[in-house]
Amino acid sequence: MPNFSETCSAPLEARRQFLQGAGVSLGGMALQQLLARESLAATPQQTFQPQFKPRAKAVIFLFMAGGPSQLDMFTDKPMLRKHHGQAPPAEALEGKRFAFLKGNETLLASQRKFGRYGECGQELSDLLPYHQQIVDEACWLHGMQTDVFNHGPAKLFVNTGSPQPGRPSMGSWLTYGLGSEADDLPGFVVLQAGPRGPRGGSALWSSGFLPTTHQGVPFRNGPEPILNLNSPPGLTQPAEAEFIGALKDLNQQRLSATGDAEISTRIAAYEMAFRMQASAPELMDFSQETESTLAMYGATPGKPSFANSCLLARRLVERGVRFVQVYHTNWDHHGGPTENLETHLPQVCREVDQPSVALVQDLKQRGLLDETIVVWGGEFGRTPMGEVRATSGRDHHIDAYTMWLAGGGFRPGHIHGRSDELGLAVEEQPLHVHDLQATILHQLGINHEKLTYRFQGRDFRLTDVHGHIAHDIIT
Amino acid sequence: MAFPSTRFQPTMIGLFVVFCLCLSLASDLARGEAEVERVDYASQIRPILSNACFRCHGPDEASREADFRLDIPLVTTTGEPQPAEQIASHFTEVLTRVRSGDPDLQMPPREAGPALTAEQIALLERWIQEGAEYNQHWSFRPVVRPSVPTLAAGQEWVRNPVDAFVLRKLQSQHLTPAATASRETLIRRVYLDVVGLLPSLEELELYLQDESPDAYEQMVERALASPHYGERWGRHWLDQARYADTNGYTVDSERSIWPYRDWVIDAFNDDKPFDEFTIEQLAGDLLPQPTRDQLIATGFHRNTLVNQEGGTDAEQFRNEAVVDRVNTTGAVWLGLTVGCAQCHTHKFDPISIQEYYQLFAFFNSNEDVNRITPTLSLPTAEQEASLAKLDQQLQQSRAELKSLENRVNETKSANPDAAKQELTGSESHWSFPEPKELLSEAGAKFTTLEDGSFLMSGPNGSTDTYTLRLQTDLKQLTAVRLETLTDASLPKQGPGRAGNGNFVLNRIQLQSGPQSAEWTEAVADHSQPKYPVTDAIDGQLKTGWAINVTKGNMNVNRTAIFLCQPLMRDESGEVVLKLEFGAEPAGYNIGRFRIAFSAEDPQQLLHERDELTRVQQQVEKLEAERKKLAAAIPTTMIMRDLPKPRETHVLIRGDFLRPGDPVSPGTPAVLPPLEAAPADPQRTRLDLARWLVSREHPLTARVFVNRVWLHYFPRGLVETENDFGMQGSLPTHPQLLDWLAAEFMEQGWSMKHLHRLILNSATYRQSSAIRPELAEIDPDNKLLARQSRLRIDAEIVRDLGLSVSGLLHPEIGGPGVYPPQPDGVYAFTQRNASWPTSTGPNRYRRGMYTFFMRSAPHPLLTTFDTPGLSTTCTSRSRSNTPLQALTLANDEAFQEVYRAFGKRLHEYQGTDGERIEWACRICFSRLPSAVEQTTIHDFQARMHSVYRDNPESARKLVSEKPDTPQDDLTELAAWTMTARLLLNLDEFITRE
Repeated sequence: MPNFSETCSAPLEARRQFLQGAGVSLGGMALQQLLARESLAATPQQTFQPQFKPRAKAVIFLFMAGGPSQLDMFTDKPMLRKHHGQAPPAEALEGKRFAFLKGNETLLASQRKFGRYGECGQELSDLLPYHQQIVDEACWLHGMQTDVFNHGPAKLFVNTGSPQPGRPSMGSWLTYGLGSEADDLPGFVVLQAGPRGPRGGSALWSSGFLPTTHQGVPFRNGPEPILNLNSPPGLTQPAEAEFIGALKDLNQQRLSATGDAEISTRIAAYEMAFRMQASAPELMDFSQETESTLAMYGATPGKPSFANSCLLARRLVERGVRFVQVYHTNWDHHGGPTENLETHLPQVCREVDQPSVALVQDLKQRGLLDETIVVWGGEFGRTPMGEVRATSGRDHHIDAYTMWLAGGGFRPGHIHGRSDELGLAVEEQPLHVHDLQATILHQLGINHEKLTYRFQGRDFRLTDVHGHIAHDIIT
Repeated sequence: MAFPSTRFQPTMIGLFVVFCLCLSLASDLARGEAEVERVDYASQIRPILSNACFRCHGPDEASREADFRLDIPLVTTTGEPQPAEQIASHFTEVLTRVRSGDPDLQMPPREAGPALTAEQIALLERWIQEGAEYNQHWSFRPVVRPSVPTLAAGQEWVRNPVDAFVLRKLQSQHLTPAATASRETLIRRVYLDVVGLLPSLEELELYLQDESPDAYEQMVERALASPHYGERWGRHWLDQARYADTNGYTVDSERSIWPYRDWVIDAFNDDKPFDEFTIEQLAGDLLPQPTRDQLIATGFHRNTLVNQEGGTDAEQFRNEAVVDRVNTTGAVWLGLTVGCAQCHTHKFDPISIQEYYQLFAFFNSNEDVNRITPTLSLPTAEQEASLAKLDQQLQQSRAELKSLENRVNETKSANPDAAKQELTGSESHWSFPEPKELLSEAGAKFTTLEDGSFLMSGPNGSTDTYTLRLQTDLKQLTAVRLETLTDASLPKQGPGRAGNGNFVLNRIQLQSGPQSAEWTEAVADHSQPKYPVTDAIDGQLKTGWAINVTKGNMNVNRTAIFLCQPLMRDESGEVVLKLEFGAEPAGYNIGRFRIAFSAEDPQQLLHERDELTRVQQQVEKLEAERKKLAAAIPTTMIMRDLPKPRETHVLIRGDFLRPGDPVSPGTPAVLPPLEAAPADPQRTRLDLARWLVSREHPLTARVFVNRVWLHYFPRGLVETENDFGMQGSLPTHPQLLDWLAAEFMEQGWSMKHLHRLILNSATYRQSSAIRPELAEIDPDNKLLARQSRLRIDAEIVRDLGLSVSGLLHPEIGGPGVYPPQPDGVYAFTQRNASWPTSTGPNRYRRGMYTFFMRSAPHPLLTTFDTPGLSTTCTSRSRSNTPLQALTLANDEAFQEVYRAFGKRLHEYQGTDGERIEWACRICFSRLPSAVEQTTIHDFQARMHSVYRDNPESARKLVSEKPDTPQDDLTELAAWTMTARLLLNLDEFITRE
């Protein structure tokens, strides 16, 4: 995907700062040449070599939108069973803020059965039988913490490092900083599985103040993932070929008349657009996958599902896409008729358990796991207290929840962080969202303090003014 | 690493903040541009120190190292300038440190940034030798109108003062301006810049044929007089206002604030002076007796987000809205990054955290707390009249109802039985049948209670039919009374079994042997709007009687009476009553009810239909009518303050849960003081707005004229249009900027006057062709030795297509519209909202009216760089991508354009060559070159042969009726493809 373009403010200036400040050396094109031009765009393969050797090249973020319940999936709390129905200790709640809890809620034990698996002894509930296969492949983060307790702001926070809309998301930062290795696909792709889109919408994959070419491109489910990819009805192949030829001729005539390099960019953009037309059907064609691969994910070609999205994510990464985000919605289990822990949590777990695991295994068997980071988690976790509703559920919890990572140089079979025996707070090795962001960037060869962009007089970065690399979780 | 405090502390004790001790005069600025003598602090030294030193030795006390600062002059404890030798020793140390190669001593420390260059150090030395004089940052100095330069040579090129400044700069670099662009280019440029549409062929001819010396100026006047000027320039302003049609965040539901958008368009068209424009938007509500328009204008700051997600803390999002209002005001009017001071004192600019919250205090008394209200209703005169009439009728009916109720109550207290009789008809008319057999099709269970009513339990089927076999003594039946009753066991106490206690009775049937009752009328003491009780006897299962209420409590007992032609019961004494409940909505069955029969003359019963019900229904009808009318009246979100202002505190680290010291409204000390009306000690938004547009304010006019400039040239005279502070870039033409700012203010803040100055300048009229000889000297065209080619904005990409094809519906204003949008865009939103694609003229409105959903904007807009509009955008990016190519070539909305334009070309009378010339004049305002003509002609001919051989493809391409003759189809297809070709050219979406 083409990368760089003119903006009216000072992107080139910002890029110059980044390139020099971060000590990034430029591959493929000389810096002076890059900076001398009035604008740049649509020429592919402008990639930048990170300063230090990156461990990973790409990220697949499996986003469980709504906030998965770590207490029913990843961590067994015997004390919660013991004190089920009792009020939580008052001092443990001091200073904590919740979305829906009124203060009269009591501790809620999980109804699930837990076991310990693998050499690392990671706990898993009976909701995630497939996960048992990757316990020693994943790096388990039980000390996750975030800042905000409503879905929209918290989703923005994981994606952009800020709870308000307007900042670039991680995928945009990465394509801005590293470029993309895909020459006929966008560098940042957003996929969606589930009954609705993630709350927050386009702000979650926005390029913020970075040039708009870095925004995430949502792929629709179905045969035409990229908007307007197919030629309109009645356009025959010969007509299209003639069209492209004549268009190029006329644009080139204008280029000679005006000398404006932007026209060359436009010509390149059309050529790449038509290359995308040619390559996208191949991308979406799962018939090249073996039966066993399809079975491994539980994917059915042509039928939108999380499994299909995971498989597509692998195919995108294979083709050089830098950042793929797969949203799976409806993890918001407060209790009540449509969102409870009894019926609906098991249902979403069934939808993601097998495909998430298959993705890790598939990447591994293809030798891609080393250079691909798989991130699994939501915008926050859920409270040890139950909500007072007809069926059981839990509120949003930002002080101690679970995510897991695999590949990309993250320590396999490592358990990091622990919450207290009731799951109210982190007792050991907290990991804030900004720390996670800093560490992911580090694995991609980027110093999170140096990847900055000057906007409205300030150097902005993904981790705001925070973030520490968690050296314990990387090899 | 920092300066060791021991060495510096003694000399620094006497230092305190006097920011602008050595206020220098505007002559300094003139010197900066014309001659080079002394080193200028503001333009030459400050940028070095700001970058390398201020982070640790600048205004922010919290991050200051060694109590040593370099951002202000050195003074004694009493504020006097230090003696020269003191200053010398102060700076000797600075010089030693910046020159030092020793990593322990060198400044700035390695981790803080690169060492100063030899050039920078030399400049610093010279400045110190010359007395280390601090003068104020250029943008904080008052705007003084510079004199217009007179030039020794080239004066004939100068058309107005703009050119004199530009030419002087060019001559200082030994450059000459570019040639004037052709008339064809000029008219297209002016129309795109001023109205965002192409000139019509008539307008083109008028200008090309006009031989008068001021033909160009007249053409500019015509463009500025177009009502579409307000749309074009209004849209630029709406970016800054972050105007959108939804609330943002997660739920992102629709809001109505388009009247504000229309106000902006009108304000531009009326050339409302920018000072009034400012005051009305920031504080229209605080003006004495504000007009409706002045209130609408306050929508500017109501464009902030509202988070409608469950479980939010409203105060948190109110606070965020206020922060956004402060930061937006700072960015739009001050061109300063005041937001940097939200958590800590600004690292580079003289804005302290206290001053930030003083600005915050102006906006902190807002009535809107993370919600839509307050709003203003905007009825037309006609609507207003209907409303008044309805209100009067309502008043009458309510009074009647009241008096009836009073009468009933009086009777009731005197004689409860009589009251009951009056309301429900004499009880003696009714008899209760004996249940023989009670059946529920869905398997629900009947329990007969003491009062003879039936209570339902067990399965609540999505549909159900209650079949009641009842024994009665009456010989003939003329009416059935159905009482639906509440019960503690029912949802919300019933009387229905739906979750809210409602029910829908779809059909009631009464049979005696083979005979069915023939219903004549049904009455009830209450029916839900659209669910009248008569729907239970209309024979249809789709319709029915329900009892929800628009206000008050639905969960009360209700009575319905069904009248029929006399039905003779047979010998058995048994009748069968059926109550049917349909599937839509599911589970709306009755939960508890009682049946009574009557044999009285129906007329008698009808007569007893009480007055109360009639009047009640009258009131309900009027209320429903009023509600419907009110819903049709547009509203708009407005700003309003609480009667008593909120107390404002500094928020520690910007956290609204951590209030610090209290502050009152005020403006930063570095800017001119704020005058408040003496009678009112509490300063308001109105004071702030007036202060912003006072003649003394150094920023507002400079910032605004710079932003106008950047829409005509690729960048502002100050490149960092959103940062006029210390870290921003310096103006390329400082005197031109100041002259324009002064002229703007002194000519009554007229925006059209400003446009004329720029549009009529020779600078603007230059050719945009690249001058290879400038590639080295001025690759970014900062010296303005030519014009620039600029891709047009997202909204007008399709507008141009619509206008060349004749589809454009040029109506101005009104609610958002829904042009075609690819399927699946809204699948990525939480609400999975619907996109009710407009049909008719609204399908072809200008792009700026496209409904803007913040969480899923129309892809055509985002693909061409429309910002997200959740926060202010003062300048858009301008990208050039394959997704744009795909959109233009393939999007459905554009196929309509190509077909329509293709049809126009097909129908144009002339040779193919003439048609191509005509098309080029429409699209590019010029004739094609011979080579272009050949390329297009060849393409058209090849398309003709391709589609002659593929009639089916041709039919699909042009989407014509099946009976279109083959020849026409081929022609249409070939011209449609030609239209597609022309409109996909770079030139089509470029202002040259």
